[in-house]
Amino acid sequence: MTEFLQQLINGLSLGAIYALLALGYTMVYGVLRFINFAHADVFMIGSFAGYYLGQHVPAGTLWGGMSVLLAAMLICAVLGVAIERFAYRPLRGGPTLNVLITAIGVSLLLENGGQLVFGATPRTFPQIFPFTRFQFGHLIVSSNQLVVIAVAAFLIAALQLIIYRTRMGMAMRAVSLNPKAAQLVGVNINTVIAFTFALGSALAGAGGILYSMNYPSIDPLMGVMPGLKAFTAAILGGIGNIPGAALGGLILGGAETFIGGSQFSTYKDAIAFGILIVILLFRPSGLLGRRTIEKV
Amino acid sequence: MHFPLRTLAPFTLLALAAVMLPGCKPKVADDSVIRVGEFASLTGKEAAFGQSSHKGTVLAIEELNAAGGVLGKKIDLISEDNQSKPGESSTIVKKLITRDQVVALLGEVASSRSLEAAPIAQAAKIPMISPSSTNPAVTATGDCIFRVCFIDPFQGTALAKFALSHLKAKRVAVLTSVSSAYSVGLSKYFHEEFLKDGGDIVADLKYSEGDKDFNAQLTTIRAAKPDAIFVPGYYTEVALIAKQARELGITVPLFGGDGWEAPELLTIGGKAVEGCFYSTHYSPDIPTEAVQTFVKKFRARYNGETPDAMAALGYDSAMVLADAVKRAGTTDSAKLRDAIAATKDFEGVTGKTSIDADRNASKAAVILEVKDGKFTFVESVAP
Amino acid sequence: MRLPRQHLALAAGILGAVIVSLFSNSLDAYLLDVALGIGINIILAVSLNLVNGHTGQFSLGHAGFMSIGAYLSAACTVFIGPQLFGSAAPGALAQNLLFLGALLVGGLCAAFAGLLVGIPSLRLKGDYLALVTLGFGEIIRVIFQNIDKLGGALGFNGVPAYTTFGWTYTWVALTIFTVTCLVNSTYGRGFLATHDDEIASESIGLNTTRYKITAFTIGAFFAGVAGGLFAHLKLSIDPRGFDFMRSIEIVVMVILGGMGNTLGVILAAVLLTLLPEVLRPIAEYRMVLYSFLLIVLMIARPQGLLNFRLGKNRL
Repeated sequence: MTEFLQQLINGLSLGAIYALLALGYTMVYGVLRFINFAHADVFMIGSFAGYYLGQHVPAGTLWGGMSVLLAAMLICAVLGVAIERFAYRPLRGGPTLNVLITAIGVSLLLENGGQLVFGATPRTFPQIFPFTRFQFGHLIVSSNQLVVIAVAAFLIAALQLIIYRTRMGMAMRAVSLNPKAAQLVGVNINTVIAFTFALGSALAGAGGILYSMNYPSIDPLMGVMPGLKAFTAAILGGIGNIPGAALGGLILGGAETFIGGSQFSTYKDAIAFGILIVILLFRPSGLLGRRTIEKV
Repeated sequence: MHFPLRTLAPFTLLALAAVMLPGCKPKVADDSVIRVGEFASLTGKEAAFGQSSHKGTVLAIEELNAAGGVLGKKIDLISEDNQSKPGESSTIVKKLITRDQVVALLGEVASSRSLEAAPIAQAAKIPMISPSSTNPAVTATGDCIFRVCFIDPFQGTALAKFALSHLKAKRVAVLTSVSSAYSVGLSKYFHEEFLKDGGDIVADLKYSEGDKDFNAQLTTIRAAKPDAIFVPGYYTEVALIAKQARELGITVPLFGGDGWEAPELLTIGGKAVEGCFYSTHYSPDIPTEAVQTFVKKFRARYNGETPDAMAALGYDSAMVLADAVKRAGTTDSAKLRDAIAATKDFEGVTGKTSIDADRNASKAAVILEVKDGKFTFVESVAP
Repeated sequence: MRLPRQHLALAAGILGAVIVSLFSNSLDAYLLDVALGIGINIILAVSLNLVNGHTGQFSLGHAGFMSIGAYLSAACTVFIGPQLFGSAAPGALAQNLLFLGALLVGGLCAAFAGLLVGIPSLRLKGDYLALVTLGFGEIIRVIFQNIDKLGGALGFNGVPAYTTFGWTYTWVALTIFTVTCLVNSTYGRGFLATHDDEIASESIGLNTTRYKITAFTIGAFFAGVAGGLFAHLKLSIDPRGFDFMRSIEIVVMVILGGMGNTLGVILAAVLLTLLPEVLRPIAEYRMVLYSFLLIVLMIARPQGLLNFRLGKNRL
């Protein structure tokens, strides 16, 4: 039983990170109808930002950790907006395949540029939040895991607030429903899209920091796998659906953890892809998504 | 409207052929130097190993050249980087053999990359000496492939005996990397010996290289209550495994093989790897004159850096090759190959090196412990 | 009897390949290696072009099909070969027949996998299809990594060196011939129609489903053959060498050459195989340049660098 609970906590912690990443994918898809392949690499940049910033704050303090987290989120937001402005905006209105390929290009650029600048050897992520272990019988919960879950929950709640209680959020929802109609009623598409990217990338940056807190070995290719899995989570929950992304993240994190602890642990990665394929084949709209019929 | 593709195709092929013809056999190579090829992972995921081994090799070559070279000729070391990627080694080895016309090859550290290059060297009958690939399949490829280190059956056995005698661990959990030939091999040999000697493997789990999250596997291991955990992988994952194990409250020691040896194990693992053990080929603390002189020379050449096992083996592989050239009196492939095969009791930095009938070296292993943030010598296990 | 131009070109191509092959012993082994690499990449790029370019289905799992061909053809020559010939080395004719058989087995198994992947996936569009094919490619890789009989993590070693210039370029000629003739035939117009507008095609009675599956299957077949040639060239195959980075490298060739433009794709394959070799001294910068190229290309010239006939927005 303890083992089950322990795996549950592990799964929750991993799932929370996938959820944060998945939110970025789902928001961009909702507004622009394309998959931002470079999202996972913004996540990686967030980690490296945290690595370098973390050298300048004293280790293990609450304010130190929070400031690194916020700074990394800011840096990623700026990066996301820049990518949109220079790589995606010129292709808006064209075939979506072109943007997809450009996104792959940006992703490769960040990964290989990262390898060039940071070197491919993994670095150790500094311990930016204070660290303790809580023990309940045989159940051990590390404070890092709790921070991850708490921060992720907070950010998801904040996101819901922004989307459903602010004007900008309403504009985002409008654009995701029908961009042309939204423009007709006076919504500035460019601003909304830039804001969406900023928000999504900030979440990716936060995800990067939280991920590196739990798995402190960072390298320029670290975003590839989590990115694919987070994307699976977004689709699982229903792409374009925000609570769906969170749900998908948690389910995927849990599944991966339980498989990882069993004798099939080497098929761990294949599980994410298996789920992806099954979902796309049988219920492409995802668990919480709406079925849309393509009209001619 | 469109290019006449169908008529263009054969012309393209003929054009290709025309380009190829000037590329026929390159001009006769310069015979005033001895060209030796080195292929290593100088960049990429296992750069630490490649860089280390490279530094040792370069030190040896510089030393030999300063003393006048071998057979009156200087040695020209041509190094190529395979970026730690699969598929690259075979191309660069082909290039070294045909374009650079090397007389021998030094490489690689990782067994999988040695396995990739070995068939090519064997087909060209160019002797290849691996400094530290421990999987037995490497030298089994052919009679031109050698190594100057011990092999995994020996390492696995040594570790099994160490676990039982020194760690007093009768119940061991094993965590193997399935994406590395080295890890799978070492794990297999450990299993065999440990079970034969009466030990009990209470958990046997797997992971893949590049994984960051081992909580799932470690939780299962924790439930099995082992006396020690055997992790025959590479340092990048081992450090994380140790950290996560400690975070889950696992206090028993971890132990593993020579894949642990890199400074990153300490920087990433930190306190988590304290009190853990691993086997390797040498230790800079061994008080023999050969080792201490080598350590001094290495530190002088490389800014005070202390050489690790990969550097020492890189050094020895170059020295063994030079010694063989001297004994053969020529760089002719067949005679050089025979001379390497006949190496007996060569005094290397990593111990007395003799090449046996399987083209492996029968050497002692040393067990190191991580104590106070440093690798400390524990004991030596003779073959 | 007058043979159509295409058939003449094919015959000339095969003849040229065999002739050069006879001289291959006097060629620099490294250059030969590069030339064979070029040939294999041409096969991969042209076969992917059928799926991505001509039929407009964005597949990111081509390396998976290549790996199936590689592993299964290697399994044929390594495991079945000795059973047929005993321990004696096979004679030249027997060896070539075995190799041909192995390549066909590899190709057909890859084609079968293409069928399996294609049938359920064809309902998906654009991005989704890209991801499913990527997922399949990764699953195939993980499966091979876990099959110990085929080497598992060690990789499959000891593959005999059967790939020659003749074999490679014969298959290059066959691939180009098949794809070109297919697409330019009456039946083949269906591929292009599917690419242009699926709904319109369906409404005039074209079975776009069948075309998509056909494209996938044929593309996978040639990818499998390319994989077999690759295995018998490198003599050792590692599952990690067939990951989605490999798929993306092939996709870049198709994009650079212009999706749907066979000649452009061939030239792109040649260029992108030679470039890493030429840029070996600055190998670290190679990938950065690659990715930059991709971005600039899509923004400035999405029809491909080497595509000289299609307009800017007609992909």
